[in-house]
Amino acid sequence: MWLWFHKLGSPRYFYDTAGKFIPWLGGLCAVLMVWGLYGGLVQAPADYQQGDSYRIIFIHVPAAALSLSVYTFMAVCGAIALIWRMKLAEVMLISAAPVGASFTFIALVTGSLWGKPMWGTWWVWDARLTSELILLFLYLGVIALYGAIEDKRNAGRAVSVLSIVGVVNIPIIKYSVEWWNTLHQGSTILKFDTPSIDPAMRTPLIVMLLAFGLYFGAVVLMRARAEVLERERNSKWVQELVQSR
Amino acid sequence: MSRAFVTLVKRDLLLAFRHRSELANPILFFILVVSLFPLGVGPEPNLLQSLAAGVIWVAALLSSLLSLDGIFRSDFEDGSLEQILMSAHPISLLVLAKVLAHWLITGLPVILVAPLLGVLMQLPADGIGVLMITLLLGTPFVSLVGAIGVGLTVGLRRAGMVLSLLVFPLYIPLLIFAAGAVDTAMTGFPIGGHLSLLAALLVGALTLAPLATAASLRISLN
Repeated sequence: MWLWFHKLGSPRYFYDTAGKFIPWLGGLCAVLMVWGLYGGLVQAPADYQQGDSYRIIFIHVPAAALSLSVYTFMAVCGAIALIWRMKLAEVMLISAAPVGASFTFIALVTGSLWGKPMWGTWWVWDARLTSELILLFLYLGVIALYGAIEDKRNAGRAVSVLSIVGVVNIPIIKYSVEWWNTLHQGSTILKFDTPSIDPAMRTPLIVMLLAFGLYFGAVVLMRARAEVLERERNSKWVQELVQSR
Repeated sequence: MSRAFVTLVKRDLLLAFRHRSELANPILFFILVVSLFPLGVGPEPNLLQSLAAGVIWVAALLSSLLSLDGIFRSDFEDGSLEQILMSAHPISLLVLAKVLAHWLITGLPVILVAPLLGVLMQLPADGIGVLMITLLLGTPFVSLVGAIGVGLTVGLRRAGMVLSLLVFPLYIPLLIFAAGAVDTAMTGFPIGGHLSLLAALLVGALTLAPLATAASLRISLN
């Protein structure tokens, strides 16, 4: 286990291993995505109050859930990068940032599209929406800081500190619907003992959650491979790789 | 250790005192931004009163951005920051000294000017009192958290824009609770909850921010 962990720290080994994982993650993601979308958009019954417009939940909830998990992932990567000086953790962190930012953006946009017919407004300044917006700014801050520092080694460590500092926002977003009495509703899928969502709706939702997670895994590995190539562009194995193409 | 702390605070205060005109600029900016609002939205007293706390707080945050970069910038450029980091004392303590000096130079004047701006914005007397309490609890937080951002960006040539992107999201909770406290006070409800949250933010930042700033300075100076 530890040996594997250490081997994974070598850019070349990571590049090869990640290359093998990506097709599996991507393929499984595609299968689950088709299943989840079919189940959610076609098979699941219409809501008795909201009609068909509730179906945006199958995009909105996975994107919002991932927007939180990706930031947490980045903070964990940042801690690993600072404590064990593991370059690869920095690479993973910065590869995840744009993906997480787009999940956050998707969650905000789909929520807004749903809010217009349901709440009668595109946007309200309630705790959940506001904290999700802050999360988007945090992502953009990480991306901006990484772009601003020329030396990528230093940049990686700087964004590690920043993402650890920003992680205080995550519990606030997660529990905002419980701490404050907001317009945004509480969670309905994670109460397994007394579910307040119909199984015909819940199953596709969970499938979509998994599909989004796998999508994140595949894209982050692809981005990380590209980042590794760029960082190691002067090393021998990258030169050989490029010349063999 | 406490002597190093005091020496550093004294040194920074002396340096600031020798550059008095630079000292005044953020405060003038603060006053200017607030006085633009009545001109922009119209002099309607009720409107100004309901905007007052938010406007004064936003202006305070914006003006802090002008002065924040100065915490470490000049020391970084003349090399004394490296000397400070190499000293035998814990870096987070020295960081705290610099942050304290920064707060005395920029945070304290903001608190002192705030009543005047409150009057300009038609705040009633009890609203002004609460506004000053929130500023007293909040401006040290601004300096402490801002120092993390400055530590991360001190090596950059044009740090201003990036710095604002880094620290403003972290200021949002402060802004919400501070402006909320003033509004709550004016409608006559108890404000203990808001003030406790502000104090909690301050204590959290006081304990953790110097450590994060020390780490970010070490990275920036490599």
